[in-house]
Amino acid sequence: MSFSSRDIWKDFSKRGTGMVGIGILVILIAVSIITFVTIPQESFKKWNDPANWLSYPKSAAPSWINYFLAQKIPEHLILMPHRSVEKIGNVNVITDSFETNYYYSSFPSDFIYKFKTTYSGSPLLQISVTRPDGIELKLDSISLPFSSTKTEYSNMVFSTDPMIAKNVQYDISMMKLPNDIHLYDDLAFSKFDENKVLQGHYVFRITMYSMGADTSVYESKLILGGKVYGLMGTDELRRDLAMGLLWGTPLALFIGITVAIGSVSVGLLYGVFAGFKGNITDESMMRFNDIIYAMPALPLLIILAVTIGNSIFLIVGFLVIFGWVGIAKVSRSMAMQIKTLQYVEASKLMGQKDHKIIFKHILPQLLPYAFASIAISVPAAITTEAGLSFLGLGDPTFPTWGQLLHDASAYNAAARGMWWWILPPGIMIAITGLAFVFIGNTIDSIVNPKLKR
Amino acid sequence: MGFKKFIAKRAITMFGVLMATLLLTIALVGSNMDSILKQSVSLEIRQQITNDKGLLNSFKTTNDLDLYIQNQIKQRISSLGLDEPWYSPHRIGLSMYKILTLDFGHAKFLTSDTGSSDVKEIILEKLPRTILLFTTATAIISVVGIFLGTISASKLNSKIDKITSSFAIISSSFPVWWVGVLMIFVFAFLYPVFPARATPDIPPTDPGYLISLLNHMALPLITLVLIGFGSWAYLVRNFLVGVLQEDFIVAKKVIGIDDKRILFSHALKNAAPPIVTVLALSLSGSLGGAIITEAVFDWPGMGRLYYEAIGVLDLPVIIGATYVLTAFFLVSVFVADILYGYFDPRVRRQ
Repeated sequence: MSFSSRDIWKDFSKRGTGMVGIGILVILIAVSIITFVTIPQESFKKWNDPANWLSYPKSAAPSWINYFLAQKIPEHLILMPHRSVEKIGNVNVITDSFETNYYYSSFPSDFIYKFKTTYSGSPLLQISVTRPDGIELKLDSISLPFSSTKTEYSNMVFSTDPMIAKNVQYDISMMKLPNDIHLYDDLAFSKFDENKVLQGHYVFRITMYSMGADTSVYESKLILGGKVYGLMGTDELRRDLAMGLLWGTPLALFIGITVAIGSVSVGLLYGVFAGFKGNITDESMMRFNDIIYAMPALPLLIILAVTIGNSIFLIVGFLVIFGWVGIAKVSRSMAMQIKTLQYVEASKLMGQKDHKIIFKHILPQLLPYAFASIAISVPAAITTEAGLSFLGLGDPTFPTWGQLLHDASAYNAAARGMWWWILPPGIMIAITGLAFVFIGNTIDSIVNPKLKR
Repeated sequence: MGFKKFIAKRAITMFGVLMATLLLTIALVGSNMDSILKQSVSLEIRQQITNDKGLLNSFKTTNDLDLYIQNQIKQRISSLGLDEPWYSPHRIGLSMYKILTLDFGHAKFLTSDTGSSDVKEIILEKLPRTILLFTTATAIISVVGIFLGTISASKLNSKIDKITSSFAIISSSFPVWWVGVLMIFVFAFLYPVFPARATPDIPPTDPGYLISLLNHMALPLITLVLIGFGSWAYLVRNFLVGVLQEDFIVAKKVIGIDDKRILFSHALKNAAPPIVTVLALSLSGSLGGAIITEAVFDWPGMGRLYYEAIGVLDLPVIIGATYVLTAFFLVSVFVADILYGYFDPRVRRQ
């Protein structure tokens, strides 16, 4: 029953499934490390902050689906300006022009102009667009709030602003163009006789008129909201799902491994102590074990999460409470076998203290079994946490995979066909689970001679 | 130890578990429960007094009225025993006794389909539907699983054995509820074959209700079977492989008894005890998982009731549903234990 770690590894490395499991696990760990190193921690803390996601498109599919489609879906475009500065009398004019060739057959979902400026006085901001057909539409003009001293100001102009719709409608009526289209924020990109995209070269001009010479505009960009974005798309709240999935990886590994190690060590110590002591100690400890074993875990977990709290650390603790019992049962019976071995009895006769016998002679024998159990209990911990999060009882401040799925179901992703919101988190849960099952089963079949065939 | 003593011992443990779970539930929700009860008492009394015009006019100042109301509330609270904290032995004993006799009180927000707010009635209405869904699923899973498992065990390392084993491992790593969401996505929205919500849209009094319920049951049932049968087949296969290695089977083979007969009558019979035990256990396990599954499919059973009760913190319903779920869970664990002890006398001697 004794194994050296080298023997186990030698046997392990010959088995396909075990190595596949190790391979997946290494990839997951690499992803976690890359996430921690390359992605700023802020994006993680700002996951639930809508302001952080404003420059992202809403409910956009992953951009790679365009490779499979004949009619390309518009991508999310962030345009950078060409700057020109001139002086007309004592008026300072700063013009930022954004050019794009728009050849998609469907409209952008919206457009947003984002800028920062320092000024004194009260400058005027005008937005206009020159379309491929040569028509120039004045979209909006905004006067910035008056300030007698030099101030800093940042703002965003949204295409959904009703003022834009009004201005465009006014322009159209002035030019006596046919107009029976009612989607005003699409209008800038639309043909006027039918509701189709006018393809071609667009120039957006944003002009700032100010009296002082000290006016400057910076971080000026125009965002044409696409319907596809990035590797994984975005959700209803404009969040980049790739971020959520990436941050979910270390979180899932943390939850799974912490719960597994916690419950296996508690179970192992409890079981070995009961088995070693025997008699009344064993009997009463095993009765208590029976009680926890027969409790329905999920309803109690839910009550615990609702009444005590749902921070991720508490949930890890709750999962350990219900996770250790099975392991305690098995390790008790193993300890009962080991304690009848001659060398254990000998050390007992020599007056060795109980805890020394347990830690020196019994526990080391159970270590291979413990490693197998740790690997096997990881998936259950991950799925249970995901389940709790899915019910809305998880820690909302952490973007775990279960949390992503909870949001998906809260915003009816299934009914709206947003498969990129539903599929990846579940697949990640399953892949992570599989990796640990493969590893656990392989160790188990090595150290458990009964399963050897 | 005799079999009777074994049963008695298990029964006592199970009762202990039931009590422990109840106590834990009450301890967890007790303080919330108290404040809610007190609020409802004061609300009730204020309403009573404002409705009683004669009484209202007999007070000269609002101070007098307030004082009177405060006294009334105090009296009612002490008559209900709410002046003692929830953890006083007297109150815990009383509430445990009430719950044991299935007196769960009245729900705060939720009602049954017929409009009753009696927790017992609500639970009795939902329970049969949960049992219907999950026993049907378990029955189908076990039949398919035993059949597939036996075939795989008879043809070890064949294609069918490998497919079954890998399907078992892969299917059990997906969370059931996620597969549920996916099934709804594919079969209710992408290809609208089944209804998306499992709650029938006609009232339960309608004669067509049962048929509608069965139609709505299809999608959750298919999902449960799809996720469940693989691991069952794998389990049965492993039990059978163990039995097939035993000497008496080898002896029968040597005598020349036909392989099929050995497999189906001799080997399966000997592998039956663990299979039956796991069957009982998996039924209880699925009841626990019912909360998420029913919430996903919107199946109008105990699980969804529990989910809704958590959402609005309807404590009487939570306590009642936890009690009933625990009781069912324990009965199946108990049955599994007894069956195991019956089939395998070694367990009794432990």
